[in-house]
Amino acid sequence: MAQRKAALRPWAVAVWLLAWQLGAMALAAVYPHGGLLLASPAASLARLGELAATAAFWRAVGWSACRILGGFLLSCLTAAVFAALASRYAWVRELLLPPVAAVKATPVASFIILALVWLDGSRLPLFIAFLMVFPTVYLNLLEGICQTDRKLLEMARVFRVPLSRRLWGIYLPQVLPYFRSAASLGLGLCWKAGVAAEVIGLPGGSMGERLYTAKIYFQTPDLFAWTAAIVAVSVVFERLFLKLVDAVAGKAAQWKFG
Amino acid sequence: MEIRVRDLWKAYGGVTVLQGVNFAAGPGVTCIMAPSGAGKTTLLRVLLGLEAADRGVAEGAENCRWAAVFQEDRLLEHLDAAGNLRFVLGRDYEAEKAAALLAELGLGNTDGKAVREFSGGMRRRLALARALLAKSDALALDEPFAGLDAEIRERARECLRRRAGERPVLLVTHSPEDAAGLGAEIVRLPGGLRHCGE
Repeated sequence: MAQRKAALRPWAVAVWLLAWQLGAMALAAVYPHGGLLLASPAASLARLGELAATAAFWRAVGWSACRILGGFLLSCLTAAVFAALASRYAWVRELLLPPVAAVKATPVASFIILALVWLDGSRLPLFIAFLMVFPTVYLNLLEGICQTDRKLLEMARVFRVPLSRRLWGIYLPQVLPYFRSAASLGLGLCWKAGVAAEVIGLPGGSMGERLYTAKIYFQTPDLFAWTAAIVAVSVVFERLFLKLVDAVAGKAAQWKFG
Repeated sequence: MEIRVRDLWKAYGGVTVLQGVNFAAGPGVTCIMAPSGAGKTTLLRVLLGLEAADRGVAEGAENCRWAAVFQEDRLLEHLDAAGNLRFVLGRDYEAEKAAALLAELGLGNTDGKAVREFSGGMRRRLALARALLAKSDALALDEPFAGLDAEIRERARECLRRRAGERPVLLVTHSPEDAAGLGAEIVRLPGGLRHCGE
């Protein structure tokens, strides 16, 4: 039996926010420093508002976004090149299989600590975001390219259609849905892994560093506020990027060849 | 321009599909007729360079620029008729010429309609239009009139007759009317699959 996909309902979110608020209030009532252990959603939201009004907040967002999204984009580009090569040459596919499987299986913390031996903290988020996104995008793109309609490719070959037109007319419309789902997954993944790298590597001026500082000084409202900011930035970038992918897909569908 | 096929053999996994095929196709239509499974489509695939023959030669086919109607329509589903023609023709696409041929084939009012919304017969006619408009030295048409009603079929035959010009046209068909209507030479392939060793 097919399961119905549950949508995020405002009432359900409200119930959990209320539970959080009541929990924070109860903790504050029974424990004098309850607010340090669990900040209420209202206090966290108020703190987020205060932070968002400062230039330092936006500098931290910009710092992290540049590196984490830089890693994501670099990963997409590299994955596209390797997926194209792997679809053509079996030895490339075989060569890449062990590292891809290793990256998928290894905990991100291991890579972060290992990478800290080689890199300074400021380069760490870019490298980790790159590493975490690569297997997802590479494998999805490879699958998409391999699923491309062979009969259409034969037709294009017989009619001597140049590669640029084949890319727009055949490959792009068939591979983009695979890329879209990989990008959606990868964007969530790169923010999680990138911020984890920042928390461990502590590069100055990053969102991860602010998160860590908030934890050290028991600034729980800051902790929740920064977490909310990271989630919000991740969601905004995911939406924007997917819109861009959809626009390219639309363009490919409307492309006037010649 | 002439395609000269000599002693062409092709087998798949112990099943011989083409058994020493010989024929020559000059300018005009040559109908390839045979029972189902006798290797008509395989023969076209070998001539188009999509399969390698086990033995024999197809002189004139290797360096020939082909245009084809395949057994399946092989159209880009997300594009409209003009988009499909532009995809293959590129800068050679001439809007007026394409519109005239589409109108002749009864596809005049399909602007902006994606091929995925076309009926089977419309797709077949578009595949034929694509082959007729593409720059080519020879045409390989695998049952291009399949699924067309009598009137449209006659119209499509007329288009082919007028537009094929001096190019050799290899036409796979089961229909003697097509061969007669096009004044075609007929090549009959020996029927039936044969297992190696038979």
